[in-house]
This record gives sequence, structure tokens and C-alpha cells, in this order.
Amino acid sequence: MTHVPDTAVATGPVLTVDDLGVQVGPVNLVQGVGFTIGSGERLGLIGESGSGKSLTALALMGLLPEGLRASGSIRLRGVPDDLLGTGERRLAKVRGRTVSMVFQEPMTALNPVMRVGDQVAEVMLLHGTRNSRAEAAAAAVDLLDRVRLPDPRAMARAFPHQLSGGQRQRVMLAIALANDPALLICDEPTTALDVTVQAQMLDLIGELAAERNTALLFITHDLAVVATVCQRVLVMYGGRVVETGDVYDVFTTPRHRYTEGLIAASDLSVVDGRGRLRTIPGAVPNGGEFPDGCVFRTRCPAATTRCERTPEWSGPPGHGFACWHPVGEDR
Amino acid sequence: MTALENTSPAARGRRRWRRLNASMLVGGALVALVVLAALVSFVWTPHDAVHVDAAHRLAPALSDGYLLGTDKFGRDVASQLLVGARTTLFVGIVAVGVAALVGTPLGVLAGMAGGWLSEIVMRANDLLFAFPALLLAIMLGAVFGASTLTAMIAIGVATIPAFARVARGQTLGVMHTEYVLAARAAGRSRLAIALRHVLPNIASILIVQASVSFAIAILAEAALSFLGFGTPPPTPSWGRMLQESQELLFSTPRLAFLPGLAIALAVLGFNLFGDGLRDWLDPKLREHR
Amino acid sequence: MGLYLLVRAAVLVVSTAVASVVVFAVMAVLPGDPAEVALGVNATPEAVAAKRAEFGTDRPLVTQFLDWVSGLPTGDFGVSYVTSDHIGPQIVDRLGVTLWLVLFGMLTALVVAVPLGTAAAVRHRSVGGLLLSGLSQVGVAVPAFLAGILLVFLFAVTLRVLPSGGYTPLGEDPGAWFQQLLLPSLSLGLVQGAVLSRYVRSAVLDVMREDYIRTARAKGLGLYRALWRHGARNAAIPVVTVLGLQLATLLIGAVVVERVFTLPGLGSLLLDGVANRDLLLVQGTVMVLVVAVLAVNFLVDVLYAVLDPRLRGAR
Ligand SMILES: Nc1ncnc2c1ncn2[C@@H]1O[C@H](COP(=O)(O)OP(=O)(O)O)[C@@H](O)[C@H]1O
Ligand code: SF4
Ligand SMILES: [Mg+2]
Repeated sequence: MTHVPDTAVATGPVLTVDDLGVQVGPVNLVQGVGFTIGSGERLGLIGESGSGKSLTALALMGLLPEGLRASGSIRLRGVPDDLLGTGERRLAKVRGRTVSMVFQEPMTALNPVMRVGDQVAEVMLLHGTRNSRAEAAAAAVDLLDRVRLPDPRAMARAFPHQLSGGQRQRVMLAIALANDPALLICDEPTTALDVTVQAQMLDLIGELAAERNTALLFITHDLAVVATVCQRVLVMYGGRVVETGDVYDVFTTPRHRYTEGLIAASDLSVVDGRGRLRTIPGAVPNGGEFPDGCVFRTRCPAATTRCERTPEWSGPPGHGFACWHPVGEDR
Repeated sequence: MTALENTSPAARGRRRWRRLNASMLVGGALVALVVLAALVSFVWTPHDAVHVDAAHRLAPALSDGYLLGTDKFGRDVASQLLVGARTTLFVGIVAVGVAALVGTPLGVLAGMAGGWLSEIVMRANDLLFAFPALLLAIMLGAVFGASTLTAMIAIGVATIPAFARVARGQTLGVMHTEYVLAARAAGRSRLAIALRHVLPNIASILIVQASVSFAIAILAEAALSFLGFGTPPPTPSWGRMLQESQELLFSTPRLAFLPGLAIALAVLGFNLFGDGLRDWLDPKLREHR
Repeated sequence: MGLYLLVRAAVLVVSTAVASVVVFAVMAVLPGDPAEVALGVNATPEAVAAKRAEFGTDRPLVTQFLDWVSGLPTGDFGVSYVTSDHIGPQIVDRLGVTLWLVLFGMLTALVVAVPLGTAAAVRHRSVGGLLLSGLSQVGVAVPAFLAGILLVFLFAVTLRVLPSGGYTPLGEDPGAWFQQLLLPSLSLGLVQGAVLSRYVRSAVLDVMREDYIRTARAKGLGLYRALWRHGARNAAIPVVTVLGLQLATLLIGAVVVERVFTLPGLGSLLLDGVANRDLLLVQGTVMVLVVAVLAVNFLVDVLYAVLDPRLRGAR
């Protein structure tokens, strides 16, 4: 069940993840995650807060917090070895060059005592994609312009505290795209932003990724965002992938009960018998406190004793799920 | 980070007991040792600590019934060390007591009142920072003559800012909690809020501060006695024992090492205890300091 | 930046003014009369009155204060009632020794604290890190004068490689000057280094958990390079505050260490003044030390603004 079947991409995938797990001590926080991303493809990763999305992303970057370990296999096109097991020194050469990441919290992600332009230029000088400081500085101003910051020259000289949250996130995007990475990971890049600037930010990410044919792993808990940005989607809960497929298929005919719940909860037109918005009942357990068998069974309205065993991966090619009693099937 | 906060109260309680760790235990043991020495010295010392045995000056350890030998005047070192613990604790308790009794209300006041009152209190505090215990004690000693009292006052006054600062910072935090807001909405008087809500909530961190300040007070007392601005002779004091033995470093280093060790262990004890207590009270600060 | 510095400078000036009042007041309330002290118990009332007029202590306190305070900026600290010497030149003479001592002490503290504190933070989960933390805890518990005595025992008594005290001016014999300052500086600096290393460790630990360090690593910097390029300056901000307090502690610690090593600095001048009941000398010396502490605080505020761009333009 560890391997999640996937639609093959003709050019060969940019990223191939197999049986990825994250552990803290004996506790599994993420388990059996597998997927691929083709070049230029945009994959969404959704799930409630606490489902293991960020840990998955950080494991891909090799930047798990202290005390956490990753297992499984992560292969990146153009890198001969499995990223797991590659030494820190060689991994550092890949980060910011072949794969880069935009984090959720723009307010704290930039160094407060370093000028914005220097922070953008640094990533290019570091990987030698620009030859001199002057060249990198000019390229930084260019990039700040590309992410549509007003007066990029002045922005380059500013310190982070002089920028708004949306502007800082644009700077992060400029840093992430500076070396034309093959893969860009965005971990809820708009969650911390004002609603008014969220849409602009999304457009920008989509546009810049498309223009450079950058593969995108886009993490969010907002289904509408996935629907606009991504082609394929991965639904995560309890540190596991529970359903995957084309965004259209998954959102119109969800099979896993968790996906069904997520979609119902996101639909603002659906109310329950007492006129309240639908939510998935119960709260997400803490990491390591999910039930065995199906991780969703403590909150699932369709759960039976059968769900005490881990569900098999099933479904047609291109739309897989792990549920004993999928939506649309009789018991 | 989130993982720690999410745990149940029961699990936190269990962890709390497990965390009752090396710092607190070692610190507590050392503090207990000093306190024990001071208490014992009230009822018993091997010899009269101030008795001069002219026939046995600089007697080596374990000779003539002198466990740790005698000093250059022929006084029993072991007895002096025991009584010295009493002096140290006495000065520390009074000094830290003065600082806590003055500094805490000032800090709470500044934290609750805010505005210009807070500004004045904190500026005065900053100014007091410029008068370290040693300078104050020397000034007071120059004017009134050095005594245990001037040492205690000087150390106490110089320690006020530490308490005021901590109390103010903690009060500011407490003032925004729901129960204080509720009490204010209910029209409770400021004094009632201070006594009922603020003080109990900042008490634990003040105890930590007291432990750390105690260590600093011991250091200050030792330095003052070393300079001759602390407890005057003949009352035994670790700092003065050190000073009197400095000239004998070539011949009898033991006389300097023993009081030095006593000072260091006492300071270490109170520091460790304060640190351990802080960690124990606030797991988030665990890996700091 | 300009406004911030202006406010800080104003605070410095006001604090200094208030401090001068405090110092003068404490010394003025003393029970003894300098004229009586100078003439002894058998002096006639007329002689005492004449002496008072000579000292100027018959004038109102406010006049005396203004007279004293107005001289301070020009280094005129008045004339000693006891020795009839000018106090200003004596202070200037002794200040040099103390400043060298404090400077070397601070350097020692930094050289000890920065690497040890950083290592303790980066290795905080290992035995080595724990050991370093324990070591600093022990160092904190040793007062500077005790460290001095131990160092004398080790280097002067046992190994006989360094002098146990005394002072030779730099101009006379630089070698002797350095040798004689070495142990005093080490006694001051090692202890402060232990204290400082705990703050360095804490600051580095804080910085290690910052998001921008993760960003730096995501850019492709290794952990140590990320810490150095992006963490050092941020970690320096809290350390600088402590450094300011430490400099003040060093200044006062120097008073005691000078006594251990019989160095002719401000501390010994102060203690001699007390011993001779030379109150105007004590008053002047204390004032200099207090102003030094205040000035250090001001410098820390300036350094803050240099290190932290968020402070510039603000306030
Ligand atoms: N450093 C850590 N130590 C222990 N548990 C962690 C740590 N970081 C995250 N977790 C736990 O792992 C689970 C998944 O976290 P995360 O990947 O951040 O979820 P998401 O990004 O989907 O909201 C959560 O239950 C969280 O508490
Ligand atoms: S396996 Fe069972 S518990 Fe899990 S989602 Fe399907 S029906 Fe619900
Ligand atoms: Mg997340």
C-alpha cells in the first residue's frame, strides 16, 4: 500500500517520492507517502491543518526540524542519488538551485537585518548563476520587478520590516525563482496574507511557474485555490495520502470519505439540518495520535469495524484512494 | 514546538516531575548544605569561631583537633566557615528581601499604571542601574563607616531594578489575560486586582529572580568583605577570610581555597536552583540560559 | 536614526545630571565636617570657621553643588580637603590603568564567550554541549577576585611565569606592562566570559530556530554558514545589551581586582580615598565611575541602532 500509483508523465518526472515517512522517536508523523510530479506539472497538496503537509514539504527540502527523521526515497531529476541519505553538503547545492520553497509565514521568513536586494542576490551568488556581485544585484532588481513589486530599485535597498506581508512574500518568490529551479514548493503561500492580495499572489505564482515550465508542489487547505492553480491533487490526512487524481475528478466525484467531507465543508451553499455550514465533525488529532487502520475512522460517518484494518489502495488509473467504503459504493 | 503545547495537562504534569532535573537537584542540595551549615553554627561549632589560639597559628588541617587547621591568628577555619555561612545568608536574605519588597510593588505599579508613571519608575530604575552594589556600599561605607548594615542596604538597593524589571514585564503580560480583563470589567479596584490576580501569577517568576539575586548578593557580600566594606571583624565572613589569607598564598594556599570554595559552591547552588526552577516552571525556556 | 540617537543622548545627559545630584547628596549628608576632620578635635571654633571658609563648606549646599558640578565637564573635581592636591589630574592619571584593565577584560570575555557559547548552542543536544553549559555555570559562580587569587596561585606561585602584582606604565616598559596586566585582565575576563557565554548560547539557540535561518538553508547555505551569515548579526543584538551591563560590571569588578593585584587604578584611588576619609576624592571618583556606566549604556543604544535597522527611523 505504500506506493501510490500515478499517471506517468512522458518526459519523466521531475520529482519521484516513494514511501516517504517522517518520524519523531518511535512516532510516525508522515507515513507511506508517494507521488510524482512531471516537469511543468502543478500538483496540489490539500488536507486540514495538522495532516502532515508541511512536514512532507520540509522532508523534500531536507529541512525537517531538529529531532525529526525522514525515511523512504526522494528522487529529483538531474540529481544522481536519492536525496534521503545524501550528505548535507551536497544537499545544500540542490536547495535553492534545483528545488526551492516559499514558506507560509512571510513576516518571519526574511532576515530582518539584511537588505532585501542582498537577500535575493545571495541565492544567485551562492550557486554561481551570476558571475559578480554587480550582476547579481542587477538581476535581483530585475526579479523584484518580475514579481511585480513597485519601484524595485528602492525595494532592493529596503529592509524587510519596511515591506508589507504580501510584498515580503513576493520577495520570497523572487528568491525561490532566482535560479530557475525545476521544482518550486509553495507551503500555503497565501494563508497569512490579506484576502485582497491572495488572488494576485496566486496569479503571479501560476504565471511565473508556467513561463519557466517550473514544476509546482502547491500546499494549501483551500480547495478553491487548488481548483484554480493545479492540475492534479493529493489529499492528505493523518500523515497519509488518502486520495489522488485529476483535480476535476477528485472534486466532482470524490471517493474517499475524508475528501468528501473536505469538499462538503468548503461548499458554502451546503448547510446542515439546523442551517449551519457543514464541517467535518471532530478535531484533527495531534501527530502520532491518529487511530490505526484507517486514520480517518474516528471522524468518519461511514466507518465500520472493517476500517480497523488499513484500507488498500484502489481505484482506476489516475484516480486512487484508500477507503473500505468509498463514496458511491454500497456496503 | 506545537507538539509540546498540545499535550494534555496530565502528560504535562508527568513531564514536569521528570524534569525535576539535575539543575534543581544539585542546586537545591548545595543551597541546603549552606543553610544547614548556617543553622548548625547557631548551636554548635567545633571551636569558638572567633577564639584566637595564639599557640596554634597556621595549624595544618587535622592537627591539634583542628579539622581544617587554623588561620594566621590561630582561629579555627572550620568554625569560621560555618559561621561565615550564617553571615552570607543573613546579608543575602535581608538584601534580597529589601529588593523584593521595594522592587516588586514598583514594577507591578509600572506595569498596571502604564503612561508617565510607568515611565518615571522605569527611568529611575535605569538610573539606579548605574549605581552597582559595590559603589553604593563604598559610598555608604565612606559616610557612615562600613558595617553589615551598609552592605545589606547597598546590595538590596542595587538589586531593586532587577525585581522591578521582572515584575513589570510579567505584570504587562498578566494585564492582558482574560481574567484580569474580566475583573476590570467587573469594576474591581486596582489594589484588589494587583493582590488577587497579578501577584499570584507573577510570584513564581519572582521566586526564580530571588534565587538568582541571592547568588549575586552572595558575590557582592564576598567582594565587599574582601575590600573591607562588609561585615567588620571579628564576625567571620568568607570574603574577609579570603582577603586575610591572600598574603599567605605562597605558604598556606588552603586558607584562601577553602573560603573561595565555599563562596563558589554557594553561588553555584543558588544559580543552579534558580535556573532549574525557571525550567521547571516554564518548559518553553528549557533549552535556554 | 537621528531622533532615536537624540533621545538616547538626552537620556544620557539627564541621567548624568540626576546622578551628580545623588552622589553629591549622599556625600553631603555625612555627619562629619571636613574642616573639623582636617584640624582634629582640639581646634578652636575660630580656626574651624576659617577652615570652613577656606574649603568653601560654609556656603549653602546648593552653591557648593553648583560649584562642584560646573567644574566636572572641564575635569576640575576640586581640591582635596585632606591632601590639598587637585583631584582631577589624579583621576585622569589612574583612569588609564583601569581602562586598559577593562578593555583587556572585555576582549578576554568575548574571546571566551563567543566560540564557547556558539558551540554549546549548536551542540546543545550532545554531551559536549552539556559539559560546556556546566562549565560556564561553574565559571559564573567564581567571583573575579577569587579567580585572581587562583590565577596568582597557578601562574605566580606555582609556575612562577607571571608577576603577582604591581604596575609599570606602558611608556616605560611595554613588556612588563603587558605581563602585569595579563593576570588581572584574565581574572576579570574569564568570569565575565562565563556569564556572557550563557547569553551567547541562548541567543544562538533562539536564532537557530528562526524562520529566516530555514530560508537561508532553503537557499542552499549549510547550517553553519547560514548561522554565520544570517544569524550572527541577529544574535548580536541581545548579546550587545548584556555586553553593556557586563562592561559596567567589569568597571566595578576592576575596583576589586586592582586591590588583588595592587594596580594603581581608579579602584585603588577610591579605596585610598575612603581610607583617608578624603570625601571629595571619593565623590569625584564615584562620579567618574557612574558616568562611565551611563556612557556605556548610551553606547549600547547606539550600537543597537547600528545593528538593528528596525530601530533606525523609529522613535
Ligand atoms: N517538530 C515537531 N515535533 C513533533 N511533532 C511535530 C513537529 N512538527 C510538526 N509536528 C506534528 O506533525 C503533524 C503534522 O504537522 P504539519 O506537517 O505541520 O501539518 P500541516 O502542514 O498539514 O498543517 C502535526 O500533528 C504536528 O503537531
Ligand atoms: S476506510 Fe472506513 S473509516 Fe476510513 S474513510 Fe473509508 S469508510 Fe471512513
Ligand atoms: Mg502547514
